[in-house]
Amino acid sequence: MAARIVRREQINGWLFVAPALVLLGIFMIYPILWSLWMSFQTGRGMSFSFGGLANIQRLTQDTVFLRALSNTMIFLAVQVPIMIVLALLFAVALNDTKLWGRAFFRTAIFLPCVTSLVAYAVLFKSMFGAEGVVNVALTAIGIGPIPWLTDPFWAKVLIILAITWRWTGYNMIFYLAALQNVDRSIYEAARIDGVPPWARFWYLTLPMLKPVILFTTVISTIGTLQLFDEPYNITQGGPSDATLTLSYYIYNLTFRFMPSFGYSATVSWVIVVLVGILTFVQFMVARERKRT
Amino acid sequence: MRADLAFSYIRRGLLYLGLSVAAFVSIFPFYWMVVGSTNTSPDIAHGKVTPGTYLLENIARFFEMVDVPRMFWNSAFIALVGTALTLIVSSLAGYGFEMFKSRFRERIFAFLLLMLSIPFAALMVPLFIMMSRLGLINTFTAVIVPGIASIFIIFYFRQATKAFPSELRDAARLDGLNEWQIFVHVYIPVMRSTYAAATIIVFMANWNNYLWPLIVLQTVENKTVTLIVSALSYAYVPDYGVIMISAVFATLPTVLIFFLLQRRFVEGMLGAVK
Repeated sequence: MAARIVRREQINGWLFVAPALVLLGIFMIYPILWSLWMSFQTGRGMSFSFGGLANIQRLTQDTVFLRALSNTMIFLAVQVPIMIVLALLFAVALNDTKLWGRAFFRTAIFLPCVTSLVAYAVLFKSMFGAEGVVNVALTAIGIGPIPWLTDPFWAKVLIILAITWRWTGYNMIFYLAALQNVDRSIYEAARIDGVPPWARFWYLTLPMLKPVILFTTVISTIGTLQLFDEPYNITQGGPSDATLTLSYYIYNLTFRFMPSFGYSATVSWVIVVLVGILTFVQFMVARERKRT
Repeated sequence: MRADLAFSYIRRGLLYLGLSVAAFVSIFPFYWMVVGSTNTSPDIAHGKVTPGTYLLENIARFFEMVDVPRMFWNSAFIALVGTALTLIVSSLAGYGFEMFKSRFRERIFAFLLLMLSIPFAALMVPLFIMMSRLGLINTFTAVIVPGIASIFIIFYFRQATKAFPSELRDAARLDGLNEWQIFVHVYIPVMRSTYAAATIIVFMANWNNYLWPLIVLQTVENKTVTLIVSALSYAYVPDYGVIMISAVFATLPTVLIFFLLQRRFVEGMLGAVK
């Protein structure tokens, strides 16, 4: 009797998860393994042949790939820290219940992450044109027009500004939620003991937010490594590949030129490996800090 | 003490200044979009920030250039059907993983969490070849199906299920309901706020999805709102008035959901992680 119940539990357990597991197997596990296999194949179109490590060798000599890789790493290294610091500052400021207009500021800063990536990218493109509204304003205050879309450096700055606009409020919401779970009496005690605000932030707030900061850093890293919609719609990857990202390059290799599936699979595995390494490093850094 | 007080006033002032700048920067593109849809294309390109009188002309040209009802239907169909299927399959799995525990399934679950960090960029090439071999290129099926089993949403439901009172399940069993009936008649009604929050996240993701539909949907009559917005701005001589209208179209549903269900919306975003 008991054995029969246990067996029925087992069967039901599998039945509930089966549809999802079957779909994940077909549309996730199988493709990822296939792309690993493909990355050892060379050839164009649908004709493959085994090429060993030829694709990896090709990576090291492919200047466009190296540029896409360095662009992606620059976006990551510059944008993610700026965004996380801004989001933290806003969250701490908005956590003050005595702040006037708190709900308004919170909603306003959160609002950008309601837009679709394409819609906001297109808006930014129109705002940052040569004679666009941003340059009109910059000229009015005496800074003068900036070649946002035509200069390699400023095009990168524009992409960073755009992503920061879109995602800062999103990260802020996580920090605000975490701050709301913090016991206020700790702050009261610290304040009465005469601990200055910056020290309260550094020694109380930051350590308590560490798990959330780690989490948001990991998802921002994964997101930035896959950056596509913004460069595709704001700068078209240009000027002269200055905003070409890894995802964009895979797209070009696969769908713009004569497809070279094996090689684009290799580039996509570069992203997989980078995500793995960076996530691991971030976890290690967080653990290291915990010990000291 | 006076200096202290003055310092604290300055700090307050800087705080409000900073927040006001942030709020202005956050809201301005929305203002720009709405005002832009009332201006001519050259006016927008030259940075006119005041409302114009070309709203109706822009809308008329938008409807001329694009089969708007068709585009809207495409997006709505993909988003609604995709969301419904994702919620069914992923909530079943989330419930199953939490309610029926076995060591083997726990291992599978841990493995799925690892897979959470697999970037879509790594899947798109094989998925594309797979869909073209199946003859599904340019179909909504190809857009919808790969996203139905979402590890993220499975995880979300599993976490939420931890709060599902087991007494309800025991009572339902005593009443003679089988496991499926318990899921449909007890679990779903009790967890409706979890479903609501998940609906918002999944609907948003589907409505805004870009790269995969861009690859799969190839003819104009199948294109979704985001694809049309992008195509309009890719034109040789982009008509900014029309682009602004199309951006309003793309943004309106999600902005409406946000303002109508603000609390749920934020809960959903946060809940997916806790």
